[in-house]
Amino acid sequence: MSFAFYIVSVLAVGGALAAVLLKNTVHCALALTVALAGLALLFLNLDAQFAGFAQILVYIGAVAILIVFAILLTRGSEVPKDGVYSPNWAIGIVIAAAVFSVLGWAVLQSAWILPHDAVVPAVTVHDIGVALVGRYVLPLEIVALLLTAATIGAVIVAMHEKDGAQ
Amino acid sequence: MTPLAGYLLVAALLFAIGLAGALVRRNAILVLIGIELMLNSANLNFIAFWRYGPHPEVLTGMMFAIFSIAVAAAEAAVGLGLVIAIYRHAQTTDLDKMNRMKG
Repeated sequence: MSFAFYIVSVLAVGGALAAVLLKNTVHCALALTVALAGLALLFLNLDAQFAGFAQILVYIGAVAILIVFAILLTRGSEVPKDGVYSPNWAIGIVIAAAVFSVLGWAVLQSAWILPHDAVVPAVTVHDIGVALVGRYVLPLEIVALLLTAATIGAVIVAMHEKDGAQ
Repeated sequence: MTPLAGYLLVAALLFAIGLAGALVRRNAILVLIGIELMLNSANLNFIAFWRYGPHPEVLTGMMFAIFSIAVAAAEAAVGLGLVIAIYRHAQTTDLDKMNRMKG
């Protein structure tokens, strides 16, 4: 377990906690960006360069910006007077704690069976590109179709429409 | 503790935080943020198992994570479009106030 792993994990978990707990929605979006950057660094720490840079490009470059736009378009930056947490927040916390304890218990119980150290996989972006247009070409095409449909659908759903006029 | 167990624990913690966010917050956009965190923690599991698995050169976990990132981006676009459409209609993003299916 390297020192970098601890630093990056603290960054990711702290960003995620801030994204969930902060009152101002814009601050939450910025904290989410920190958490996503921490996750990208974890990917890079795991020798998955392509996934790490894809994470930075897609999440920090697109999704976080989209979330900020949505917050500003819905005037979500104003802190509501009746609190930001749902009235039965305690039940949610209990459910999340139960899920974490089950997952953590499962990981710790099976820790002895997990592989200790593996050779660093010699995977280049070239290999990933060859695999994407070779073995995984059908999922790639389906994802391309899905992204096109989702983009058009999001535009149509969010388009202002009243009495037939756009 | 093995490195893989450490990554799995961090992923479990991030998943629980995302779940808590999705269950506890009232703002619909914050619920979407929680869902994004949960999807990302699943990706971390895929990458960690790919890295420490017996055959990393097959790229299965890496490919799953890459496609999962693409699907999550599509999900975020559609989800935020829906939130904006509902805001236009109901003038709120508070999930507790969205209690009617008929406009």
